[in-house]
Amino acid sequence: MIQYVWLVPVFPLIGFLINGLLGKKISKNTVSLVGPGSVGLSFAWVLGCFWEYLHLPAKAKPVEVFVFNWITSGTFNAQAAFLVDPLSLVMLLVVSGVGFLIHIYSVGYMHDDPGYARYFSYLNLFVVNMLILVMANNFLLMFVGWEGVGLCSYLLIGYWYEKQSASDAGKKAFVVNRIGDFGFLLGIFLIFYTFGTVNFREVFAQAHNFPVGSAILTIITLCLFVGATGKSAQIPLYTWLPDAMEGPTPVSALIHAATMVTAGVYMVARCSALYVMAPISMTVVAVIGLATAFMAASIGLAQNDIKRVLAYSTVSQLGYMFLACGVGAFVAAIFHLMTHAFFKALLFLGSGSVIHGMHGEQDMRKMGALKNKMPITYAVMLVGTLAIAGIFPFAGFFSKDEILFKALTDGHVGYWAIASLGAMMTAFYMFRLIFMTFYGEKRWDHHVHPHESPPVMTIPLIILAILSTVGGFVGIPLIQGWNVFHEFLAPSIAHVAAGHEVHHSMTFEVMMMLVSMGVAGIGIFIAYKMYIKQPELPAQVTAKVPGLYDLIYNKYYVDEIYDATVVEPIKNGSVFLWQEADSKVIDGAVNGTASVVDRLSLVIRKLETGYVQNYALGILIGVAVITGYYLGR
Amino acid sequence: MSIDIPTICLTNIGPLITLSVAGLLLLLFDAFSGKAMKKAHFHQFSLVAVVIALLQTVWLWNRQTTDFSRMIYVDNFSFFFNVIFLLGTGISIILSVHYLENYRKNYGEYYALMLFAAVGMILMAAGGNLVIIFLGVEILSIPIYILSGLFREDLKSNEAALKYLLLGAFSSAFLLFGIAMLYGGTGTFYLADLAAFIKKSGMNGFTYVGMGLLIVGFGFKVSMAPFHMWTPDVYEGAPTSITAFMSVGTKAAAFAAFLRVFLEVFPTVRMEWDLLLWVAAVATMTVGNVTALAQTNIKRMLAYSSIAHAGYILVGLIAGNQLGATGILYYLLAYTIMNLGAFGVVIAVARKKDNYLNIYDYAGLGFQYPGLAAVMSVFLFSLVGMPPTAGFLGKFYLFSAAVEAGYIWLVIIAVINSLISVYYYLRITVIMYMQPAEADLGPVAMTPVVNATLIISALAVLLIGIFPGSIFQLAMNSVKIFGS
Amino acid sequence: MLIDYLPILVYFVIALGVAVGMVALSEAVGKKTHSTVKDLPYECGMVPVGDARSRYSVKFFVIAMFFLVFDIEAIFLYPWAVVFKQLGLFGLIEMAIFIIVLAVGLAYVWGKGALQWE
Repeated sequence: MIQYVWLVPVFPLIGFLINGLLGKKISKNTVSLVGPGSVGLSFAWVLGCFWEYLHLPAKAKPVEVFVFNWITSGTFNAQAAFLVDPLSLVMLLVVSGVGFLIHIYSVGYMHDDPGYARYFSYLNLFVVNMLILVMANNFLLMFVGWEGVGLCSYLLIGYWYEKQSASDAGKKAFVVNRIGDFGFLLGIFLIFYTFGTVNFREVFAQAHNFPVGSAILTIITLCLFVGATGKSAQIPLYTWLPDAMEGPTPVSALIHAATMVTAGVYMVARCSALYVMAPISMTVVAVIGLATAFMAASIGLAQNDIKRVLAYSTVSQLGYMFLACGVGAFVAAIFHLMTHAFFKALLFLGSGSVIHGMHGEQDMRKMGALKNKMPITYAVMLVGTLAIAGIFPFAGFFSKDEILFKALTDGHVGYWAIASLGAMMTAFYMFRLIFMTFYGEKRWDHHVHPHESPPVMTIPLIILAILSTVGGFVGIPLIQGWNVFHEFLAPSIAHVAAGHEVHHSMTFEVMMMLVSMGVAGIGIFIAYKMYIKQPELPAQVTAKVPGLYDLIYNKYYVDEIYDATVVEPIKNGSVFLWQEADSKVIDGAVNGTASVVDRLSLVIRKLETGYVQNYALGILIGVAVITGYYLGR
Repeated sequence: MSIDIPTICLTNIGPLITLSVAGLLLLLFDAFSGKAMKKAHFHQFSLVAVVIALLQTVWLWNRQTTDFSRMIYVDNFSFFFNVIFLLGTGISIILSVHYLENYRKNYGEYYALMLFAAVGMILMAAGGNLVIIFLGVEILSIPIYILSGLFREDLKSNEAALKYLLLGAFSSAFLLFGIAMLYGGTGTFYLADLAAFIKKSGMNGFTYVGMGLLIVGFGFKVSMAPFHMWTPDVYEGAPTSITAFMSVGTKAAAFAAFLRVFLEVFPTVRMEWDLLLWVAAVATMTVGNVTALAQTNIKRMLAYSSIAHAGYILVGLIAGNQLGATGILYYLLAYTIMNLGAFGVVIAVARKKDNYLNIYDYAGLGFQYPGLAAVMSVFLFSLVGMPPTAGFLGKFYLFSAAVEAGYIWLVIIAVINSLISVYYYLRITVIMYMQPAEADLGPVAMTPVVNATLIISALAVLLIGIFPGSIFQLAMNSVKIFGS
Repeated sequence: MLIDYLPILVYFVIALGVAVGMVALSEAVGKKTHSTVKDLPYECGMVPVGDARSRYSVKFFVIAMFFLVFDIEAIFLYPWAVVFKQLGLFGLIEMAIFIIVLAVGLAYVWGKGALQWE
């Protein structure tokens, strides 16, 4: 099956074509069958490939499946070829599996939307591009997927384009991502310039010949990381992600939580061979990740929109993944990426279920006491929250604990302290969300009648809840041989050339686990105290530190700062260029040239007399000139 | 006296036999069959012949030999061109059917002549002997003379046929004279022997003049300046389906022969012809593009655009290296598809009796017939040479070949010319989408087959533009015979 | 080698010289008087009526072309007859193809009714 792995993106592509071209003609039921069905086929195929890969002999791994020669020009050659190795398999499973569940969920969530087929065609197209992104065997093909998912993200954020805020958010996402893409593209150019190829295998093989910390590798990895900060919403380019919540909630779950935003993490992990050769870049990655994790978590403390809380939590969790990459724990980053895909998709879909039941209400201040009205949603959301807070034995516990542990042992005690503080805040704001939504008094409007969602929505939720619970068991630390995930991924990941192999005692590891759980516990306790026991407490706290509250409530005024320092000057500059430089200088030159050419055209046209003898004369003159030219030598 | 009977292998010229026999049969059917079976079946019959010839070509692929006493080359170069010719012929046939019915001219001869013209093209690409190439030129030209005058009642059509015949005969004479001169100078008609002679003994007066006259002869067929002047008049007057056919077929065939002769016979004396072609290419591009700006009749505009494209392709010939030859093959394939597509839209929009040929007749097309306007835009963008279309990569290959060979200024001029061409191509797009229709466009009759052809052509233009790899490989494989 | 063709050149020069010389001579020495009658195509005899550029029936052209085509066929048949034995079956087939192609042309014209005089 691996030889036909190119079928994986082809299935959703067919779905996209059917829904996109015939969407208006076929019935809604057909759309509901084709949209999720095509992704389901992909998922089944990926499972088959995964099974086959596990049974391949070691020397046959990894598999590169050549599809066709894409571009050949001089020495430059880019193939359309797919790389099947542990890393891409993990990503494929996550993308197609979670994608499949979210497609099913969408059938219920989007059921009454007039653009039903359009929605599914975009969603299918997104899956196609995401699969290409993770399967590509070279940077250029990866970039194709990278841009493709960006396009789909733009289309889906602005899906309700008749809403001004939605189309604005789409544009913002697109523009901010462009900045990151520029960095990525620059990185690709530098890679081709340096290595003479864009193929992953060849680039990574050559990377070892460079000295550790060489300038060119540092610049390349930094450029790539700029790309990653755009796509994965890290400082300074994270501002688009919270706004992206304007899209339909399943889109937020699929694109802005589970898959697309993790592309940056995947890319950094894929290029681990380059990053380990560039310590400075590693530090930059770690610090940016840490800062993002902390800052986004703090913003999440004060948000009232249920999706925005989750959005900031996503930014924050992505920060953790980059922190892991930065300290060299690439496997931990991918592990967290996977578990995060489960529980964050779950949380988003759960919040979607809440919003669905509340007739579109997103403000948590107008919810409360939904526990009995929506028991399934409540239960799965609680599972997701426990997972993200890092409570044993839920999936998030294993992955987040590993990141914190690696931050301490391979990084710096400061990293660990700040990351733990972030984890505490995570636990706090997530339980705040649960308490505000499901507990307390009902604060909803009298015309709202909350109800549980239909099975087509709750079944994916339940499956994701199960995955969020048991998903962590593939990577149990401590016991030799139980960390299956680690062993499986090892061939795809380069390791930092460690001067000394430190072995930590088991007690130390267990102790650190307890500490991180304790930290989460504190967060949960504070949330409980503030939102269940003493509901008047939040107001008091806010009143006590009004400056700080305003600062985080307004997201550190980052959007405003960007507006003032970047957007406005560029706008003014472009207005100047448009009115002065363009319309006067450029247009003048262009119009001048055009009028000269126009006049010339009229002159030449005169030669075209229509008399055949004149044409013959033209030929004769040509003959005379040519023979004269040759006879004269 | 004993005569050596050559051993021949008929499968080597399978496509030629298929097309010739099909053409002859069509003539007989047309003359003797009853009225009932007629009209509907001629084009189907000829299409089947084209498809069979195409399959034969594919089956022959990678065969590398000569046949008929070295008169015919059997190699990938000619096969690649066969595919171009057969695609061009096939698409032209599909586009013709409805058009001819409107004029009540759906004759069997029409298709037979098209098949004969295709035979001529194939001979031009496969000829290993100057006489065969000349034969190909004539077999191609005579049917086209007749076809351009198909509308006997129409003065313009008559004018086109007569002009083309007179000037074509005039230039054929030069071609023939050039061939005679080369024979006079070297004593052979065989390309391989000519090449060997020139490599060994260099050029002499006869070969110089012969080469010059070959440039005249081929230059006329590809509409190279200053031998281009027939093009607009003939293209405008001829039936649109024939304009489409000859704009791609004749040009591709002439370039096939041009390329084969100059890269096989005269590569060692490149210095003797590159300057001449340099000047001609610059003149061709400039005249084509600049004059196209002032045209309001879309057929005339496309005629000038086809002159300009001949100029671009000459750039690849001047480069004279492998990449240049590869680029020409790729470009001609792309050009065949995109130009036929554009003409297909022109035929559809012009409707009955060519009433709507002014570019302003396209106003509002984008709103009333969004599909038609969309495919037209694809073809126009490709003719401009914008990524990600096939036209872009074709130009890219041609121009980078010239840069590689050191003709920087030529490429700069070519790029400036491409920029000029943006104006008149995109003007159509602008008119289609940004100007309201002055009156209701009325019904545009589209048959499913034509629809499918146009859509597939548009997709093909995009597809080989985005994924040029395999086509490029095939083209590169085809020009390996020119060892340089 | 080229010198072998000298007689032909001489022949051309003489032929051209005679023709040009005669016209030039008559132009030079002849006495010219113009009048309507003198400028008529036929100075004596019938007074011309109507335009000389009247249209012929296309049938004449068809016959002329037929003559040409089959004349050429005959030209090819003669040398074939000379070497008939040496060429053997190969030649027979080749000539058969040649004649069949021409025959198809004839049949086509026939079938189209171009041979009917009325």
